[in-house]
Amino acid sequence: MPEAFDAAGLRERIERDLPGTLLPTPRRPDVPIAPAKKGEQGPPNLLATDDPVIAADRLLAVASYMRETLGYELLTNITATDYLADGVIEMVYHFVRLSGGAPVAIKVRLDRQQPIIPSLTDIWPGADFQEREAFDLFGVVFRGHANLRRIYMWDEFEGFPMRKDFPKQGDKYFENMEE
Amino acid sequence: MQTTQELQINIGPQHPSTHGVFRMTVTVDGETVVKLDPVFGYLHRNHEQLAEVSTYIQSMPYTDRLDYFNSMASNYGLALAVEKLAGIEVPQRANYIRALMNELTRILNHATAIGFLLNDMGAWQTALAFSMREREKILDLFEMASGARMMCNYFRFGGIWRDLPTEFIPQLKQLMIGLPTFFDEFDRLLRENEILRMRSINIGILPKELAAAYSVTGPVLRASGIAYDIRKAEPYGIYGELDFDVPIGTVGDVYDRYLVRIEEMRQSYRMIQQIIERLPDTTGGHINPKMADIGRQKTLRPPVGDVYARIESPKGELGFYLVSDGSERPYRYKVRAPSFINLTPLGDMCRGYKVADVVVILGSIDIVMGEVDR
Repeated sequence: MPEAFDAAGLRERIERDLPGTLLPTPRRPDVPIAPAKKGEQGPPNLLATDDPVIAADRLLAVASYMRETLGYELLTNITATDYLADGVIEMVYHFVRLSGGAPVAIKVRLDRQQPIIPSLTDIWPGADFQEREAFDLFGVVFRGHANLRRIYMWDEFEGFPMRKDFPKQGDKYFENMEE
Repeated sequence: MQTTQELQINIGPQHPSTHGVFRMTVTVDGETVVKLDPVFGYLHRNHEQLAEVSTYIQSMPYTDRLDYFNSMASNYGLALAVEKLAGIEVPQRANYIRALMNELTRILNHATAIGFLLNDMGAWQTALAFSMREREKILDLFEMASGARMMCNYFRFGGIWRDLPTEFIPQLKQLMIGLPTFFDEFDRLLRENEILRMRSINIGILPKELAAAYSVTGPVLRASGIAYDIRKAEPYGIYGELDFDVPIGTVGDVYDRYLVRIEEMRQSYRMIQQIIERLPDTTGGHINPKMADIGRQKTLRPPVGDVYARIESPKGELGFYLVSDGSERPYRYKVRAPSFINLTPLGDMCRGYKVADVVVILGSIDIVMGEVDR
């Protein structure tokens, strides 16, 4: 049974074997932040995390390292999240081992104005549709993706509907049926 | 010299064999598939966006609509993720009932999946009628427990909506008497059937290495020979205590996927037997007393943080990634839908086979468009 990793252990390993890849991030506090009462404190820091946050241009190196050295063979989930207040789009990659155990997460933070990240489709063809989904709904551009088209919305659609600043009502595709 | 010309045709979106509103752009050379490109999104309603403007519990009935065959499994995924995020404990009895519902769902799903697969192969409606008959009996049980046949909305954070009614277990036992006969009958009818074997053996092969690289999960991955089941790999609920086997295939063709599903139904039956045996001795109520009041569910405000929780849904790994900003609504709500990701290798699986095999290969993946498009 290979060694299992938690978030801190994984951070250490990446720091040891791929120096300079990890980006400094605020750690999550030991005591969970209680839900804020109304008007009590400012917005919480959503970017505090225990998971390793890596530089976008090192993603391919880290992904191969996860597979070849640490034995995480299944890239199970790719998520994009729009942190509007921080101007960041975060990509979260969840990896699992086929021999069992909990998934581990690798995070990449992108500039919201220019979210560009290398595509993982060369290593994991299974990333294909999930990357297209992130492109469609969040506008993340995957460099090296062979077929980066919209997957849910139609091709002529403008805007990225899952971004936090996309209007919830009254966009130009909305037809008022009563009129 | 005679030459052939490639031709592009569309299968779907309105087509009885595409299991919903799903289109495949197929390039064919004669009868042989050269290239296949799945096109979907016709049912897209931005489930994730809707969940982000709703409270956590408001999303629960909406998960029923993801995979409308397996509403209980979709419920379980969301409940598990929110419980992990908010640190809510689930009583033992509730966990047993949850597992019971999930295994019934698995039998229901696999029976209909095989029924529809045989429909696609030309065994028109006969096999499906057998599976629909059993499905109706399971739906009766769901109706008894939750009040709804398909859109169950049965799970709550910290447990389930209400305990099983008294007449539930006798009727379940009645169903259990008939199930082994159903499995055998279904299996005997088809395992050695010449037409079925010709249509499915060595069709749509997904080799072991490719299956893992394509991120497929569930019966499709197991049929390719990888014994990966989240109930074993990362047990949740009571699955660590149950005794069951993980069936795997050898080749990874349509026939293996069919056999794996039949065997998984038998394993689910074994688990339900164990659950019925132990259910009377379980402790705790049907829900954590702290969360029993519906007002507590509505005003649930998990601490700031993110979480990824997953279950083995009948179709594969159903995961929920949630980010909480400490408010009543999730900041980010993402569904890792197994049907959607299992579709990724479809183009590779169909290349080189005949057009008539495409519908069979698609049927063997077992998709539900409500979950693919979200």
